[in-house]
Amino acid sequence: MQLFQYHRPTDIKEALSLFQKNEGAQYIAGATNLLDLMKKNITTPAHLIDINRLPLRNITSDAAGLTIGALALNSDVAEHETVVSEYQLISQALLQGASPQLRNMATVGGNLLQRTRCPYFYDTAFPCNKRTPNSGCGAKDGMNRGAAIFGASEACVATHPSDLCVALAALDAQVIVQSGKGERRIAFSDFHRLPGDTPEQDTVLQRGELITGVFVPANPFQRFAHYLKIRDRASYAFALVSVAVAYRVDNNEVIQDARIALGGVAHKPWRASEAEAFLKGKNNTEAVFRQAAALALISAKPLKHNAFKVKMAENAIIHALNNTI
Amino acid sequence: MKNNTLANKDNRVDGVAKVTGAAKYTAEYQFPNLVHGVLVGSTIAKGKIKSIDTKAAEKSAGVVAVITHKNGDKIYGLKKAKRAQTLDLGLRIFHAKDIHFSGQPVALVVAERLEQAQHAASLIQVKYETEPHTTEFSANMASARPTTIPWVSDLKRGDDGAWEKAPVKIVQEYTTPVEVHNPMEMHATIAIWESDDKLTVYDKNHAVQDVRDTIAKALDLKKDQIQVNSEFIGGGFGSGLRVWPHTFAAIIAAKILKKPVKIAVTRPQMFTMTGYRPATWQKMSLGATEDGKLVGIRHEAIGQTSEYEEFAEGVTGITKMLYACPNLLTKYQVLPLTVSTPIWMRAPGETPGSFALETAMDELAHALKMDPVQLRKVNYADKNPEDGKPWSSNHLMECLQGGVKQFNWKPGYVEPGSVQKGDWYVGRGMAVGSWAAWRAPATALARLDSEGNLLLQSATSDMGPGTVTTMVKIASEVTGIVPSKIKFELGKSNLPPSPGQGGSVTVASVGSAVYEACEELKQKLITIAAGMDKNSYKEAKPDELFFVNNKIAIRNRPDSLIKLAEVFDHEKIKEVEVVKASKSAEGSDKYAFFTFAAHFAEVQVHRLTGVVRVTRFTSVVDAGKIINPKTATSQISGAVVMGIGMALTEELHFDHAHGRPVGADFAGYHIPVNLDIPADIQVVFINQPDPYLNKMGAKGLGEIGLIGAAAAIGNAVFNATGKRFRSVPLTPDKLL
Repeated sequence: MQLFQYHRPTDIKEALSLFQKNEGAQYIAGATNLLDLMKKNITTPAHLIDINRLPLRNITSDAAGLTIGALALNSDVAEHETVVSEYQLISQALLQGASPQLRNMATVGGNLLQRTRCPYFYDTAFPCNKRTPNSGCGAKDGMNRGAAIFGASEACVATHPSDLCVALAALDAQVIVQSGKGERRIAFSDFHRLPGDTPEQDTVLQRGELITGVFVPANPFQRFAHYLKIRDRASYAFALVSVAVAYRVDNNEVIQDARIALGGVAHKPWRASEAEAFLKGKNNTEAVFRQAAALALISAKPLKHNAFKVKMAENAIIHALNNTI
Repeated sequence: MKNNTLANKDNRVDGVAKVTGAAKYTAEYQFPNLVHGVLVGSTIAKGKIKSIDTKAAEKSAGVVAVITHKNGDKIYGLKKAKRAQTLDLGLRIFHAKDIHFSGQPVALVVAERLEQAQHAASLIQVKYETEPHTTEFSANMASARPTTIPWVSDLKRGDDGAWEKAPVKIVQEYTTPVEVHNPMEMHATIAIWESDDKLTVYDKNHAVQDVRDTIAKALDLKKDQIQVNSEFIGGGFGSGLRVWPHTFAAIIAAKILKKPVKIAVTRPQMFTMTGYRPATWQKMSLGATEDGKLVGIRHEAIGQTSEYEEFAEGVTGITKMLYACPNLLTKYQVLPLTVSTPIWMRAPGETPGSFALETAMDELAHALKMDPVQLRKVNYADKNPEDGKPWSSNHLMECLQGGVKQFNWKPGYVEPGSVQKGDWYVGRGMAVGSWAAWRAPATALARLDSEGNLLLQSATSDMGPGTVTTMVKIASEVTGIVPSKIKFELGKSNLPPSPGQGGSVTVASVGSAVYEACEELKQKLITIAAGMDKNSYKEAKPDELFFVNNKIAIRNRPDSLIKLAEVFDHEKIKEVEVVKASKSAEGSDKYAFFTFAAHFAEVQVHRLTGVVRVTRFTSVVDAGKIINPKTATSQISGAVVMGIGMALTEELHFDHAHGRPVGADFAGYHIPVNLDIPADIQVVFINQPDPYLNKMGAKGLGEIGLIGAAAAIGNAVFNATGKRFRSVPLTPDKLL
């Protein structure tokens, strides 16, 4: 770990200005990922701006939707009454992430910003363009069992590790960010980037911008929503593949609106738009789900060790959709 | 678990100390002037260090030394070229520029504080000249060669081609991956030079005297100039059976600095610096009659080792002895790879060996449409097929019967893939296992004071099985002294000699020494008391003597009650002491000593996600008389969890382009969590004393719970799905 200076602002304005003033600044909240990265010298902030005292812990809802403060703890959100009843994808996804101890520390804003769990990123003996730009990608031709099957580039095949983000992507959430210039809202599907030639950038956040919350529009999916995570052990492991599905049917059990978002398959939560479109106007049967799942994976580009993800993701979609029946 | 609700006398005597933090583990010791060392590992697998820039590290705050191969001439003991090349001492660190594996220590940074050492370690710049490396097992099997380690021998019995002529044949290949011990407590060493030629080492290991002897040899010191301490151990599984490079690094640094040096190995370093279970390839060729009798077996195996040392283990050992089969050929070879040296890991050899043998046996049962339990019974060996000796005891048949009953195994053949429950395929599987019941020479000291407190000492270890608790119980049962008045000291190399804790030898060996020392102590008291003109003691036998706090008496002789103080006064002694050396088992040339187990597993496999869940598991174990049912049950259920890890989750992946492990941490290497194991692992003991191994009738049981466990799960997965897996772990991707 490198030496750093520690700051503890009490309001957003002070936090933003501390960030602007200090080269090499980084915000810190639950630190469940950042501290690991600092210990391994993967991230070496010169200034840590501890935002835990900012008033960003509230979870509120109205007819328009749910607003989750950036500092709301994963554990609090997962158990929140409205979240459990109206936004169950979020609760389900959170409860399948990490461990109770980590969920008690981890914040929603931090969850959005966690770095990939690609093992090449974490071991500084390997090349990794995300960690050290232009050093190469060890995973692309290496042990890439966990790598992306969608949207990867020559430079990076890493996946985003969050469960929560998959649910938020499915629910068309918005990320609320603040900077000296004021507040802006970023559509969730635009928030995380594909790696391209600059895999070191995970999101579209500009320097100094602070996530203050997440807005999730009210949704009609209370009856049919399911988050499914497949991993190498029953708990406390990152997803090989995960999927958030939700749909709404009319009185004749015909699907009117459907959402499918995949985790563990790309540098960002991956919306299966064509499969969603396909489901509209169909009945909710396994035969239909199978067709939708096949469509969702049609453009997958697996590597040497992760070809299984194509079938696994297909099956995950079928199983998750089945489970909503 | 039903067995866990036994009386308090089976609770761990050090349980409170362990859960309250009073028990001190190696890295927790503090000493004045102690400095902290952090090792820097190589980032290439093979080649030479071209240059190593330590300037920035040396200037970094708190740093007191940076040690690399450049200070080689300062390295105490190891500087003599001849000694440095002695292979049995392991990797020579800081001695030469050569790199033998990725992660090899190339520098040690020592600083006043751990954080300072960690930071400075990140400033070391190493440049290498790389050479081609070989880390891929499957691509290099042609380079396998016979082992030079004599006890890992091949066996030919009868006609080695007999299997080929048999009416039913199974010929298949099996592989097992590198598994890493990963005990909860990471390895650590504190080295303290008390004077120029006197060294104290606090070191996480479970063989204090072997570690002492190796250090003595390396440093050209006498054994009594070195003290090795390892009192509490947070798990070991075999990884603490030798000296690792970090221990020498601490000793070297402490010598140079004339200060105590502590090195705590990090979790990622645990994957390359402290051993692992080597990967294996195996080919089983079974030939049998139509009614399942084995006609011939051929078992070929290759296990990996490093390029700088040879490690071999008895992968084919179980095939030599488990089943009655007149014709057999076993062949074991080692494959040197550009990796660090493996080490014993719980049930070494037999664990991969039983996976191949017991999966092949299940394949045979399926080919014959036969109940796999019945197949084991048909091939039961009524004496050891390897040497023709009668078993000292063998209750494998009772293990099978007990398992059938406890597990509710319906006799008969069950068609694979025939049972479904919703989205889950349900299957059952079983396997058997065996492990040698060894007894090694061991010595115990027993010392009784006038208050009736009994102190026992032996240089054994307790890496978690509850050795201290068991030894106290043995002493209590022999003497009748209540456990609260008995203390057992271990984990110090200057205590009476004991084997290291490995191979399931401890209870049979050290337990025998304790047993015999306590008997002799009683005899000694009787002799003294008899000499005091106490008639009641003249004809008394040791088992008639009993203790009442600070008094002794002879059963049914009310006049015999006498204070220990009076007995001691008569001899002008303050306490009575016995040092008893217990030998190997009598009759070891006459009998074959083994433990046995039968494992039964029920699994569910999800039809879409490929997820495997072990829903039930029963192990029935013949380990002779069970001394402490509570700790014994923990041993077996813990081994079963390890078997579940082997079957479902554990594998160290390698990047062969870089010759380096990938995901060498707890995020990448998956040890089972509670949700991966059934709520109720049922453990049943036959609990019949072995008549020959020792007076207690106990056989060791550290390994037996694991042997065959993974095969039982794999066989259940086959029964659930109809898909046969010949390599582990069965992660969901493989089941799709």
